[in-house]
Amino acid sequence: MMERLTENAAQLFLLLVLSPLVTGVIRTLKARLQTRRGPGILQPYRDLQKLFSKGMVIPETASWIFTATPWVVFFSTILAGLMIPMVAAEAPLGLFGGVLAVIYLLGLGRFFLALSGMDSGSSFGGLGSSREMTISALAEPAMMLAIFTVAIGAGSTGLTEIAGAAIGQNWRFLAPSQMFAFAALSLVLIAETGRIPVDNPDTHLELTMIHEAMILEYSGPYLALLEWAASIKQLVLMTLLINCFWPFGLQPTWFGFGAVEGIGWLLGKLLLLSCAIVLLETMNAKMRLFRVPELLAVAFTLGSLALISTFLF
Amino acid sequence: MIAELFLSGIVVWLAGAAASLALWRQPALARRVACGAALGGSLLDLAASSAALFSASPVFIGLPFGNPAFTWAVRLDPLSAFFSVTLAALAAAVSLYSFGYLKEMEGRRNLGAFGFFFNLLLLSVALVFTASNAFFFLVAWEVMALAAYCLVSFEYEKKKARDAGVLFLIMSHAGTGLLLIAFLVLASACGSLDFSSFHLLASRMTPLQQGTVFLLFLFGFGVKAGVVPLHIWIPEAHPVSPSNVSALMSGIVLKTGIYGMARVFFDFYGAPPLWMGTVVLALGVASALLGVLYALMEHDLKRLLAWHSIENIGIILIGFGAALMFRALGQANLAALALIAGLYHTFNHAMFKGLLFMGAGSVVEATHTRNMEKMGGLIRLMPVTALCFLVGAVAISGLPPLNGFVSEWLTYQALLAGFGTTQSLTRLMFPIAGSLLALTAALAAACFVKAFAIPFLALPRSPEAADAREASFTMRAGMTILAVGCVALGLGATWFVPVFDPITQQTLGVRASSALVMAHGWALSPGRPHGGTISLAGMALFFLVAGAAFALPLALRWRRRTVRGPAWDCGLPGLTADNEYTATAFSKPLRMIFSVLYRPRREIQAEYEVSPYYPSAIRFESEIEHPFEKRLYNPLRDRIMAAANRMKGIQAGSINLYLAYIFITLILLLLFGVRG
Repeated sequence: MMERLTENAAQLFLLLVLSPLVTGVIRTLKARLQTRRGPGILQPYRDLQKLFSKGMVIPETASWIFTATPWVVFFSTILAGLMIPMVAAEAPLGLFGGVLAVIYLLGLGRFFLALSGMDSGSSFGGLGSSREMTISALAEPAMMLAIFTVAIGAGSTGLTEIAGAAIGQNWRFLAPSQMFAFAALSLVLIAETGRIPVDNPDTHLELTMIHEAMILEYSGPYLALLEWAASIKQLVLMTLLINCFWPFGLQPTWFGFGAVEGIGWLLGKLLLLSCAIVLLETMNAKMRLFRVPELLAVAFTLGSLALISTFLF
Repeated sequence: MIAELFLSGIVVWLAGAAASLALWRQPALARRVACGAALGGSLLDLAASSAALFSASPVFIGLPFGNPAFTWAVRLDPLSAFFSVTLAALAAAVSLYSFGYLKEMEGRRNLGAFGFFFNLLLLSVALVFTASNAFFFLVAWEVMALAAYCLVSFEYEKKKARDAGVLFLIMSHAGTGLLLIAFLVLASACGSLDFSSFHLLASRMTPLQQGTVFLLFLFGFGVKAGVVPLHIWIPEAHPVSPSNVSALMSGIVLKTGIYGMARVFFDFYGAPPLWMGTVVLALGVASALLGVLYALMEHDLKRLLAWHSIENIGIILIGFGAALMFRALGQANLAALALIAGLYHTFNHAMFKGLLFMGAGSVVEATHTRNMEKMGGLIRLMPVTALCFLVGAVAISGLPPLNGFVSEWLTYQALLAGFGTTQSLTRLMFPIAGSLLALTAALAAACFVKAFAIPFLALPRSPEAADAREASFTMRAGMTILAVGCVALGLGATWFVPVFDPITQQTLGVRASSALVMAHGWALSPGRPHGGTISLAGMALFFLVAGAAFALPLALRWRRRTVRGPAWDCGLPGLTADNEYTATAFSKPLRMIFSVLYRPRREIQAEYEVSPYYPSAIRFESEIEHPFEKRLYNPLRDRIMAAANRMKGIQAGSINLYLAYIFITLILLLLFGVRG
């Protein structure tokens, strides 16, 4: 019991502290690649601190949904984050749910975020909600196929079991089914975290924004909660991707010196994935909204190939 | 004891039907009698059927009349008892709701007749679920269809209500015709109409007979359940009926089709051939996906919910189809898992769809329109209705920690396990069904963001919506009961799962719950070791603790730093309801992406006075195509009408001619009899 609590506390700490860092690293790397200086790795922390100390303006037209949403989004993302293996293969809250629960918890957050976008009565919010729900729905089949591929391999939807099955098979990611599933899930990750070429997290141009449009009316601490939750969601999905496919350095348990090594490996792998994201974002322009389904169709095809390769190769 | 309870429930419904008809001149009294009897009968039925679910042997109740071939007898075996519990739980909440809902109709409509048909509908559905022989079953089935027809067309002065009623009646009778043939084939094989003699009977027939009977039952029951492509009556009939009737129609009348399929597939068939399961699975996936895709395009709140009924029937059939396939593959434990998923979703759907239709009824009564584009901002005027509708919306979208997630999770688990059960390419059906189920669930979430946000959030879009009043106490009570049910069925999933043990024992010979429930009742597993778990109670506990420890104190602290201000209006002179996103605009991206299916057509007419940049009036029309009506049913209807026209010649209206027809028929029958 005590051990479980310690694991949960440690992972909670990692989620809360590491997530703005990942956002900061991606922004800085991107700036450097575009020969800009960038605001520095620690800027997301400063942003959060600034927002938390500010006052708030809530639209007159908004209802209690508007104030409940940041909490629902924040807590459901945290809960999802506690269900994934980060440092040790054992997911701290694995009993509460596996990969399906993670996806549906993120879905719960998205549901409320979309509602709050509509709550203020401004057309930007509705625009963001409509696009967000459309894109996430289209990303779902590809994601489920990739998850089925992974879950069939491990015989389980529990992430502890999935990561456990991957431990000791460090080169398994070279198998065709794993590669296809990885590619499919990466495309889904881009769509779900709202990165280029699907959405641009840095823009406030109404023609292109999706996630930013939904949270346009938020300010102060609630905006901070939503930004933080978005960072955590990105960290959760990135960790899910790397730990399911590259189990390098994943420890059997959270305790002992291994944990430090595990954190080191996690940071290294996150940095590698961040570099890939940065490269992708810099090399591509944002797609037109109605080209996104084509990208997700590619993801779906990759997912199907992954599934078929599980018994062909 | 169970028999007495059940029979007194029947008697209360009968008495309620008769009394409200007799009291039709005193509407207030008729309303109270009708709803009181419906509620009382439902509670008695609830007690009887939940006791029967756990009784050691099936409860048989026969009435001491009728003849040996056609007995008036009911049998409450676990499967019947489970569906009866579903009926009774929903009917009790809907009856309570009806006390307040019908009040508005007092003096305007004949509430005596309404009460008669309402009680008759409950009675007949209860008998459909429990009838112990095919004859009695079909009688109850027809009474149910007629009562439902009268309730659907209750607002008979509207042409749409009459048309929808007739469409329902025609479809329903076509289905009954198929069922009649199927039952006769079974009866001729064993010489009895009793359901107990049909047990495992179908598996002893030739493959051709087996297949024919299966298809007859599938389409016969499929009409009532609303399986694509037999669904066309649902989006017509649900919206036009009074909302308490819609709640019953969607929540339980559709389930009579599901009950029929469960009875036939899992009781009459032993180990059906694999193709039957694949057909059911494919139909389930098609219904789920098409149901939600058409729901997304609706802005009539009740029509939208009607399309979602088709979607949810599809999800139930995915579970049933997988169960049939597992049975064919000899995997009894997996079949039990899939069957539980389907039945769990059946119960869940009764709860949240009943809730949503009642919520829609309250909204429609308050705003006098079913068009979402004329609602808005109702969360402030109708807080309880809004909260209940939100619970229903989260539940039907399959999001944790409510009940929809449990049944969808179980369905995913069954499909996931299915991949390893066979080496043939059929195995690919499972993950494809799983990924399309994921698409369905995500689209449903998108649809319910729309269905909740447009009517309830932001600014009212019409004067009627701005003047809306909260529903009356009994209406709120009815909705709250079902909302609590949705929460309880989610958090208490591990306590609910053992309910299915008697059913799986009866139909598949396995008890699954001990393998499904883990960690002292905290977590649910797919029934194999290390298969993954969920704990909705755990998630809820996390939310509660986090909410109480952090959200509440911080929100109170931040409140002091909060000001209310206008939403960003781009510098325009203030936002009005005209600036809001509409339901049509919300679903526009999906309309464009799936335009191959919808074939949308739009027409814009603008009138100009000064220059082409400043139109003085714009008319916008947008519509989508419904392929089944256009390509399947309309040509069929035209053929039938043409054939009927050609046959008009033999109807000359002369009595001598008709006597001649009778004479000729008699001669032919005699000849047939002599030769036979």
